[in-house]
Amino acid sequence: MEPIIVFENVHFSYPGDEKESLHGIDLSIARGSFVAVLGQNGSGKSTLAKHMNAILVPDEGRVLVDGIDTADESRILDVRRRVGMVFQNPDNQIVANVVEDDVAFAPENLGVEPKEIRHRVDSSLRLVGMYEHRMHAPHLLSGGQKQRVAIAGVIAMTPEIIVLDEPTAMLDPQGRREVVDTAFALCRGRGMTVVLITHHMEECIDADRVLILSKGRLTADGRPEEIFADKALLEREGLEQPETARLLRELREAGMRLPGEALKIGDCADQIAQALQAEERSRSSWQKSSPKS
Amino acid sequence: MLRDVTLGQYFPGNTVVHRLDPRTKILLVVIYIIALFQAQGWISYGLVTLVTLVCMALSKIKPSSMFKGVKPMLFIIVLTALLNIFYTEGTPIRPGWIITWEGIARAVQMMLRIILLISGTFLLTYTTSPIALTDGLEMLLSPLKKLKVPVHEMTMMMSMALRFIPTLIAETDKIMSAQKARGADFETGSLIQRAKALLPILVPLFVSAFKRADELAVAMESRCYHGGEGRTRMKQLIMQRRDTIALVLGLLFLTAMIVLKRVGL
Repeated sequence: MEPIIVFENVHFSYPGDEKESLHGIDLSIARGSFVAVLGQNGSGKSTLAKHMNAILVPDEGRVLVDGIDTADESRILDVRRRVGMVFQNPDNQIVANVVEDDVAFAPENLGVEPKEIRHRVDSSLRLVGMYEHRMHAPHLLSGGQKQRVAIAGVIAMTPEIIVLDEPTAMLDPQGRREVVDTAFALCRGRGMTVVLITHHMEECIDADRVLILSKGRLTADGRPEEIFADKALLEREGLEQPETARLLRELREAGMRLPGEALKIGDCADQIAQALQAEERSRSSWQKSSPKS
Repeated sequence: MLRDVTLGQYFPGNTVVHRLDPRTKILLVVIYIIALFQAQGWISYGLVTLVTLVCMALSKIKPSSMFKGVKPMLFIIVLTALLNIFYTEGTPIRPGWIITWEGIARAVQMMLRIILLISGTFLLTYTTSPIALTDGLEMLLSPLKKLKVPVHEMTMMMSMALRFIPTLIAETDKIMSAQKARGADFETGSLIQRAKALLPILVPLFVSAFKRADELAVAMESRCYHGGEGRTRMKQLIMQRRDTIALVLGLLFLTAMIVLKRVGL
């Protein structure tokens, strides 16, 4: 697949900070893929995200978004229009007092025709399922709803990439599910490239690719099944296995014969059911074969 | 207690008053304030009150929410009334008393004036979304841009401030509860003690407000904000027939008030 975001040996340190926040990142993200980025606090996840839309530019190396160098000041709006960013705190990224006015903010900044803005606002609100709330005041919405409004606000720019920087960190489980489902729908249904930065392993299970960032370096890169099966790696990075993977591992350690790995709850249940049936079968056949004496 | 603050609140709706162009409404409020200060006699006060009540009825704003807007000013209103009662010369209501009939009349009129002033301006903010309000203001003030007055930046700051009032109020509430839970006392003690007790609320509030401002700036930049240049609007302001009618009615009202003043009613 053609890459849409490319990091070439990116180094970055915040002014006045001796330690580098990004320590030579080489990364290429394929168009239309869903990439999850994991890492502990201070691992450089947010710094990485802010490099994707030229909020920060590398000290060394370069970042290309759809072929545009983010360090090129004259094309900064081209970069930002292509990469929509959603941040952690829903309250601090909503600029207007009415939902639809907030969604209109980005296209207004881009100088889009009023009729087209109206069209984009309505369709992005429908896409995230917040159309009915278009006249509401944002501060009266729930966290998950606010975050979906924020997502609609960036979709209205018609971006090709959406970067979500810990969008679920301040939400309850219900809100978390709403936001993650919306992100997946955008990727799978609309072909958008999604980069999801998160603390929660469960949110990465369906991703195409999981990256682990530690002290400004990429320490792991692979499919979720590979990453989450690697207990040693996760322990080293201070991450917990998803509940499903942990359950399978513990059952296996307790002597149950399980055929493979599974991360989704349904798959996990299937695995266990298969193993139980197999056990049942072997037990009954053993009982049949043993003579009654 | 803090939830009662109504400054800058907007009640969405779809009445005639809501649909008027914000520029019309801003101009009407200016006209209304000038007209209000023309009132001297009971008839003119009656007319202003009537006009205000009609506008309120048209906007379908509940009287209770109107009262909430007036409530924080109650102290000033009562104080003005008392001063007027005691310090107006005239015929005492009983021989030897300081209170005069003129004083009572003045007090009632002053109270009416303040209440009407507040209600009139609140009617504007209740029925106009802050974005529409600042858009209208920006357009009305746009001739000043030629004189290098940063009109867009000023109106943007205003709308941001309005947007964050409810958020910051909620935050203040939260901080107060947290401090109370740790034994802080805001209700008793001398005035100075109570003022000092507010410090542990203000410090975290300011710290978080600055943090918010920082994050908001990044979020706005991410959404391609780059000042007022080349910006368009989703909701374009177009003057309709109803705006012309409303402005004509407003001017008629003002003329009537000036005439009444001349006649001395």
